[in-house]
Amino acid sequence: MNHLDPVRHVRGESQYIDDVPVQQGTLHAVVFESPLAHGRLRAIHVADALNAAGVIRILTAADIPGENQIGGIVPDEPLLAEGHVHFRGQPVALVLAETEHQAQAALHLIRVDIDPLPIITDPRVAAAQGELIVPPRTFRIGDSGAAWSQCAHIFEGEAETGGQEHLYIETQGAYAFPTEMGGVRIISSTQGPTAVQRHTAHVLGIGMHQIEVDVTRLGGGFGGKEDQATPWGALAALGAFVARRPVKLVLDRMADMRMTGKRHPYSSDFRIGLDANLRILAYEATFYQNAGAAADLSPAVLERTLFHATNTYFIPNVTATAYSCRTNLPPNTAFRGFGGPQGMFVVEAAIVRAAEALGVAASEIQRRNLLRENDLFPYRQPAEMCNAGLAWDTAEQVYDLPKLRAEVAAFNQQNEQCKKGLSVMPICFGISFTKTAMNQARALVHIYTDGTVGVSTGAVEMGQGVNTKIAQVAAQTLGISPNRVKVESTNTTRVANTSPSAASATADLNGKATQLACEALRERLLRHACTEYTLHYEGLDIRNEQVLSAGQPADTTWEKLVSSAYWQRVSLTENAHYATPDIHFDPVTNQGYPFAYHVYGTAYTTVTLDCLRGTYTFDAVRIVHDFGESMNPAIDQGQIEGGAVQGIGWMTMEELLYNDEGRLLSNSLNSYKIPDLYSVPQRLDVHFLETPGHPRAVLRSKAVGEPPLMYGIGAYFAVREAIRAFRPAHQPTFSAPITPEKVLLNLYPALAPTATSAVVVSNTAVA
Amino acid sequence: MLHFYLNNQRIRTDQPAGSTLLDFVRYHQHLKGTKIGCREGDCGACTVLVGELQPDNTVQYQSMTSCLTPLGNAHGKHIVTVEGINAAAGTLTPVQQAIVQEGGSQCGFCTVGFVMSLTGHSLSTQPATSQTGLAAIDGNICRCTGYKSLERATEALTQQLAGRDTEQPLSWLAERQFVPAYFQQIPAQLQALRAEQESQPATNGHSTEAAQVLGGGTDLLVQRPEHLREVPVQLVYDRPGLRGIRQQADGRVVFGAATTAENLRASPLMQALFPHLPDYMKLISSTPIRNMGTVAGNFINASPIGDLTIFFLALNASVTVGVPGKGSRDILLSDLYSGYKTLTKAANEQVLEIHFAAPQAGDCFNFEKVSKRTHLDIASVNSAVWLRVADGFVREARISAGGVGPIPLYLARTSASLVGQEITPETVAAATAIAQSEISPISDVRGSVDYKRLLLRQLLFAHFLRLFPERLTFRELV
Repeated sequence: MNHLDPVRHVRGESQYIDDVPVQQGTLHAVVFESPLAHGRLRAIHVADALNAAGVIRILTAADIPGENQIGGIVPDEPLLAEGHVHFRGQPVALVLAETEHQAQAALHLIRVDIDPLPIITDPRVAAAQGELIVPPRTFRIGDSGAAWSQCAHIFEGEAETGGQEHLYIETQGAYAFPTEMGGVRIISSTQGPTAVQRHTAHVLGIGMHQIEVDVTRLGGGFGGKEDQATPWGALAALGAFVARRPVKLVLDRMADMRMTGKRHPYSSDFRIGLDANLRILAYEATFYQNAGAAADLSPAVLERTLFHATNTYFIPNVTATAYSCRTNLPPNTAFRGFGGPQGMFVVEAAIVRAAEALGVAASEIQRRNLLRENDLFPYRQPAEMCNAGLAWDTAEQVYDLPKLRAEVAAFNQQNEQCKKGLSVMPICFGISFTKTAMNQARALVHIYTDGTVGVSTGAVEMGQGVNTKIAQVAAQTLGISPNRVKVESTNTTRVANTSPSAASATADLNGKATQLACEALRERLLRHACTEYTLHYEGLDIRNEQVLSAGQPADTTWEKLVSSAYWQRVSLTENAHYATPDIHFDPVTNQGYPFAYHVYGTAYTTVTLDCLRGTYTFDAVRIVHDFGESMNPAIDQGQIEGGAVQGIGWMTMEELLYNDEGRLLSNSLNSYKIPDLYSVPQRLDVHFLETPGHPRAVLRSKAVGEPPLMYGIGAYFAVREAIRAFRPAHQPTFSAPITPEKVLLNLYPALAPTATSAVVVSNTAVA
Repeated sequence: MLHFYLNNQRIRTDQPAGSTLLDFVRYHQHLKGTKIGCREGDCGACTVLVGELQPDNTVQYQSMTSCLTPLGNAHGKHIVTVEGINAAAGTLTPVQQAIVQEGGSQCGFCTVGFVMSLTGHSLSTQPATSQTGLAAIDGNICRCTGYKSLERATEALTQQLAGRDTEQPLSWLAERQFVPAYFQQIPAQLQALRAEQESQPATNGHSTEAAQVLGGGTDLLVQRPEHLREVPVQLVYDRPGLRGIRQQADGRVVFGAATTAENLRASPLMQALFPHLPDYMKLISSTPIRNMGTVAGNFINASPIGDLTIFFLALNASVTVGVPGKGSRDILLSDLYSGYKTLTKAANEQVLEIHFAAPQAGDCFNFEKVSKRTHLDIASVNSAVWLRVADGFVREARISAGGVGPIPLYLARTSASLVGQEITPETVAAATAIAQSEISPISDVRGSVDYKRLLLRQLLFAHFLRLFPERLTFRELV
């Protein structure tokens, strides 16, 4: 079965925020942003702008009727700046005008008085000055300090990963309508409708029941609309609340890029110790997360960095510490992988560092240290139904690793100007919100009297195909055609208190809730069939819309059954609640069983590097992935392909650049490049690992949203391999993205002394 | 009034000629299938097809990003949005089917752009190959799929198009529902429109006297969209006198100021003179932008990194500028730039033609460009070289370089240093050393100073390695 939405997408009939027909009287809102990254906000001068044509109101913090606070985890983020500004692009005022052009024109007439304060953009500088968002966290297992003495080899170094702009093609936006009784209805492009509802209610000083948030679909989210859709929803709502007119707020691309946070850049230190057999005995890592100016989701992202600090390896002695560092950049936020990729890059760097020094292939070390059944992660959850080794070995068989290696070696021997590199990237990713309470969902299922079905859940469709999966679950559970099922918009009045569509867990949580609701309805209908048609309940079933009794067609169909149930006053509606069983985590001891299950896989990445120009093309990415029993291979394959390419983008060309004043330089699509058609791997093979799936996954079909992004990490290491094939004595820094610039400077380090030498020093082996 | 067809609808509008086609389509006609992703031609979500009546009375369709298409450039044409190709009763066109079938649409926001680009590919008069199929969507960015599914869809489509009737493509396509049947009436309707317009020229703030000249819109509508909506503009994109590429009796190649990058790429004359032209052009923007952007616009934008500027600097091209009614003069391209984004041309002088001496048989030419992303990106450094060589000795040389100074640079001393030299590794090394003294790059979002200096050296090596593989080896140079 194909994805349901695409039939509407290809006809241009799917509705996004900016496509909602504009209601008469709508005001258009634009945001006045802080022109400085840090300072005391003395005054906001709006008189001239208020006199401009079409301008109706200009709202500042003083106009907020409730509390000026939208911080989710830590209450440290005002909706509109008050007293201070903490990053360039921070919302300071909201202009409401009759047209968007008039609102934009008025922006130029607003002035602010700001006394500048020192600007920090580097997380290590922030940490040194004690600028931390939350106290540091440490995950620990064994005793790494004591283990060093048993290590035959110890290596240390630094590793850096850059940020990443989400670049959902639909920018952020919201459209708010004042409702009767002084409330607001918001159509929002958000992954977290409840977050928009909760914070808006808080800001307006009214109850959550007065705020309705509705989401049809997003033109991409990737984490960027998990918490960071909230300001725009709340601002539009504030405008509608104050002006009593509909208010539409859609960011233009450059405003979106300037004002919103991105994937967290990390700067990290690592130390790794191995025994003579290349078993990793000890690993220590210190992560400096660049959180930006407010907490946003940074503490949770930081936590997931620690959860995935050892990737898919068993290491008996681990100490991993992470600092969430406050800088004067926009608050960084969720992005597919949620801190996991940043942690995994560092342990892979450590392994590569060791392999290069020891003169062995990194895959030798990787393979010997893969998780086995019941090995403990540093947070004490055992690896159960562990597929790390299976994925690795299957990849070796399916893709013939020795042959691929031989091809690369032969090519490199025969070619001077071009060199190939091959990397192996195994992954392991835990599925669940690490904040246990968030692992709950509800589904509201209506069967209408004609036998059609409407399903509402907390899941937000953003391209990941969750609506199709939910429709499949409903159809399969009820025994009817998916064509009878409509997955409704995500709406806080139909399904309340939802967790955001995030953590790869959306289909699991909302799918399981849908399954529970549909199972209850199915049972109710079959009980009704027993009385109505005098059948035995045992052996009753509905398949392909036909009621079966002991395998034989009974004298009724789905449609008839539903209709008769209605006339017998049987409820055709069910509201089910699902909470992931068995999981728990104690954030004080940093121990527990936080994940429903883990997803595994292995990717081979092959690259060809032009050592003259410093440019590269990816020949192939070959993946073996643990889908469990995929309920929709077409959607799942799309998630793998898209995730891997997004990861490759992060590791290669996507380079966020801020200057020392905290100004974003890569501020548009012409200066921030994401993969295009020609830059993706020529081959991208996805092999479905044969496993029985996991009972905590919906229909045993494992979560697939975030894990593939981390296959992209292999791109960095493949390019690095190719650089070393050209210049074996040189050790490039572990610094991603490995742009053509970094590649060329590493190919010719002697010609660019200032750019590459500094960091090599720290890669020196200490034992 | 501007007059054109939007899908099967006759349009008469008094919206400003310098406003964007995108805003007209979305906010005036309420056709919401065309999406806004970036408003700078870099994502392709707003791609539409623009059909232009040809001298043989057929209509040729090109994909364009409507965010950068001046509304005035729609005058007399057939503009097609997704609503104009959707089949009745919710059925899908073969393009739409292929995308759905192969999983080429996830969030859907970029999808319509791909649909339109591939529909344009279907309407092309050129044979459909895997390569042309991919080229058709090379201006469309997708953040969800990783493109592999879209590649598969394109390939499936290309196979279907293999049977396309070259004589009667429109009826073949209409029969298979690639486009609705009304497309077959469009040529006659555009002819009628043209006849009607000859007596009634369009205005909408468009005048031949307006100081603000507007060509393809690909730079100006990125930089000053509000301004263009408000001031009178002089549209030059469709002015017949400014189109066409020809070779004069004296050997010089002359082309009009409204010649687009795609016109250059598709020109048999240019392809004969520069056999690798398609490879160079593939490095320059994307299919829809090449359909819109003019060479003269690239020159006048004065970007220090303008790809076509660098290309033609090495050919010692000249521009003919003129003031209406007051004659014209020639300026060497290498004299056109007086400083960062400033020109030696007077503000009221308008580029009319561009001309250069055609390379002779045996002359060597090469163009190199490296950017963060190889395609659809602005160069970190670009460079072109033209050499006249006899018996392994350089007789004449011209080398240009972009991204390494405030203006597009003609490397005069580097070029001069080569003259009379034998092509050896030493000669090339010496030339690259001189080049370093002619440039003054700055660190910016396209790269650091160190990088740009090193990269120019590498690109100069690349020129010589490409042109003289029998005389030089990679290892000798680097």
